[in-house]
Amino acid sequence: MPKHQLDPNKWIDSYADYLFNYTITRVSDSVIAEDLVQETFFSGLKSAVNFKGEASERTWLVSILKRKIIDHYRKINSNKGKSEVRINYTDDESEGDWLEERVADPFGSNAENTIENKELGLAIHNCLEKLPQKQAEIFKKKTIQNFDTEAICNEYDISPSNLWVIIHRARTALAGCLEETWFK
Amino acid sequence: METKKSKLFINCDEAMFICDKSQYNESTFWERFRLNIRYIYCHITRSYVKRNNKLSDLVSNENVACMNSQSKTELKTKFEKELQGK
Repeated sequence: MPKHQLDPNKWIDSYADYLFNYTITRVSDSVIAEDLVQETFFSGLKSAVNFKGEASERTWLVSILKRKIIDHYRKINSNKGKSEVRINYTDDESEGDWLEERVADPFGSNAENTIENKELGLAIHNCLEKLPQKQAEIFKKKTIQNFDTEAICNEYDISPSNLWVIIHRARTALAGCLEETWFK
Repeated sequence: METKKSKLFINCDEAMFICDKSQYNESTFWERFRLNIRYIYCHITRSYVKRNNKLSDLVSNENVACMNSQSKTELKTKFEKELQGK
């Protein structure tokens, strides 16, 4: 019997945010990221028969998504000439400065920070997956998507004090989980 | 017998509640004032505030992203249709 089984009914609720976070750090465009995540779910559904159950559902979806991201970059780079560096100087005085402008900025964000942020985002999503679904959803809406308290209360039909209790539980659990996984 | 609630001094639970609200800029000046008083003499409150601030820094929008709610709902509807068609 396979170790893992697919349950496509839960895919969007369970993995949409994780996959979106994974994609946005690689394509830096939310619309493209949403499209790629959507394509991943549909491709996953089509090739569900090929799932052997050796990897977890999420790992399997991530492997599909990785291929989608590579295809995306192949597509945008397929037009020859796009990779050329275009320099549009209008006056003679600026000519020759182009090389200097392209030197990496030592004080700007560096590659290590970027990698760390990518990993942190995924670690946070890993921890959020361990919370009860409603708690995680409310926490994401309030903290990451910056929804108003009133809007969340109306959507879930809860009082503001209930909301703060949920937020408190989520924050405590998340802090504990990140201490275990991120700061260890 | 009911104990009279102090206006100035709060207990740990109330302090945590205010601290959580403060992370979203939803606490009042008076609440923050009372939290600060407790912060001075309560080490549990102090460690909770520090831990909570650290969490807010980590879970900032720069580090973590979520799919837009509307897009997620639309995707869910589309995907459910596809699932029913299977």
